[in-house]
Amino acid sequence: MLGIKTPMAPGVRGRQAQSKTDLPVLLAFRGKNNKDGLFVHHDGRLFVDLKLRHGVMIFAVFALWCGAAEAAKVGGFAWATESLFNWAPFILKGFSLNILISVFAMLIGTIAGAALGLMQVSLMAPVRSGSWLFTQFFRNSPWLVLLFCVMLLFPFEIDLGFVIIPIPDWIKAVIGFSLPVMANISEVVRGAVISLPSGQWESAESLAFSRRQTMWMIILPQCIKRMIPPWINWYCILTMATPLCSIMGVEESVTHTVQAMNALGDRPELLGPFYFFLLFIHFVFTYPIARYSITLEKKFAVKI
Amino acid sequence: MLDAIGPFFKNLYDTTGWNFIMFYEQYEYDRFLEAVWVSIELIIACLIFSVIVGIIGAWAQGAKSRILRLSVAGYIQIFRNTPPFIQLLVFYFVIGTITPQVDMGGYKEAVIGNFGWAVISLGFFAGAFNTEIFRSGVEAVPTSTVEAAEALGYSRIKAYFYIILPLAFRVCLPALNNNLVNLLKTTTLAYAIAVPEMMYTANQIWSDNVNVPEMMIVIFIYYIGLVGILVYLMNRWEHKMRIPGYG
Repeated sequence: MLGIKTPMAPGVRGRQAQSKTDLPVLLAFRGKNNKDGLFVHHDGRLFVDLKLRHGVMIFAVFALWCGAAEAAKVGGFAWATESLFNWAPFILKGFSLNILISVFAMLIGTIAGAALGLMQVSLMAPVRSGSWLFTQFFRNSPWLVLLFCVMLLFPFEIDLGFVIIPIPDWIKAVIGFSLPVMANISEVVRGAVISLPSGQWESAESLAFSRRQTMWMIILPQCIKRMIPPWINWYCILTMATPLCSIMGVEESVTHTVQAMNALGDRPELLGPFYFFLLFIHFVFTYPIARYSITLEKKFAVKI
Repeated sequence: MLDAIGPFFKNLYDTTGWNFIMFYEQYEYDRFLEAVWVSIELIIACLIFSVIVGIIGAWAQGAKSRILRLSVAGYIQIFRNTPPFIQLLVFYFVIGTITPQVDMGGYKEAVIGNFGWAVISLGFFAGAFNTEIFRSGVEAVPTSTVEAAEALGYSRIKAYFYIILPLAFRVCLPALNNNLVNLLKTTTLAYAIAVPEMMYTANQIWSDNVNVPEMMIVIFIYYIGLVGILVYLMNRWEHKMRIPGYG
């Protein structure tokens, strides 16, 4: 991970290299002014640095796409790519709804999940077991089933007596996706809280902190760091699940792709380029975030 | 079976309006039972296929050939970072249309049907995660053990199957457990390509009989029950495979 590679004695590795020895290892010096920024490493590199091999990989996706399109062609590959080029803005517009749904679902899921997670570590047994059951229920149900459930059983408008509030499909999709996210974030929070050494609780108690104070001022600030990598990971999983709502007719990327192909007359040579393009834009969006989560995890794992 | 439970659910419908039609009407009952089995077959096929993909992938990741390692790394990144739903569509609609078709006497049928594509697609999707899981397990096997195997004259492939894998398996069972539960839940995606599994059939039943809430309850119980069984079996297996003093 360090910029300069110097030959090192066997057994004593660099700061971030996994040391295979149980001997004490001297960590590299880090001054005051070379701290890591949010997106920038202290030596100027970006955290989300796509190296050559990542470029090769993305190129491979592209090549695969072209190859499959080539294989599927009935004589109109150029035409298919040209139509894809024309329809790409329409598909990307659909993709923006995917992102919108994922952001809102994550927001709701995080807030509800944090509350549920804290309930899971409550001292009151009924609250603890109740929230555990609730979490397990939503965690172990398939996403598609939850989505169907919300889409079909929720009203399409709410009548408040004086005003009728319509609920568009995509809002229902947001609720449908936020349920499993909530349950999984709840597990992340619970896991982070119980992963802290019990000495933290005991020393807080000996300093006369109340339970609430201990939670807010000592435990949770330490947990945040542990929760961020899995939280980002769940965001990726959620974003990858959003195309599911096209089954229920929400106008997102898959729906738009199918509509575009319908408009072009459902020719078989379209399938390859269009579906691979869809795969490609999802990959381009998700991959850097996933890499960033791994980088963060590695960064946080060093400090004990 | 239907004779035994039929009257109860018929009575339930007549008195409370809860319409569990597949428990008292022959046609819906047959359809439902079919879906139960198709779902279970789909899940088992996907589980087995994904584990095989994982084992081969983890082996290939430790290979000497750089091209092999790079292509496995590429496979993992592509399948991990794209939506499984779109992967399924790509497999079924893009790759499925260019696979050879056989003449079934009058009409043509693809060699691999929608069930097959669901297994392949979901198997590769979960296989990408399994590869990573098995690789971390393989890495957890001490080098001295591998060296000992080498000293005893094991070839790379034999050392992998007889020594590394049995040890690695024990290390990665908890993570594998998690991923297989995830795969079980993901099999509902097969709905999108009309595999007559639980989700698809339930949709047909509630479309015909307008009993969405009842069907939802049944689906939830079905899937949570299946997850429970899988977790129970995996935990028992984990317990049985434990070597005292190791891991």
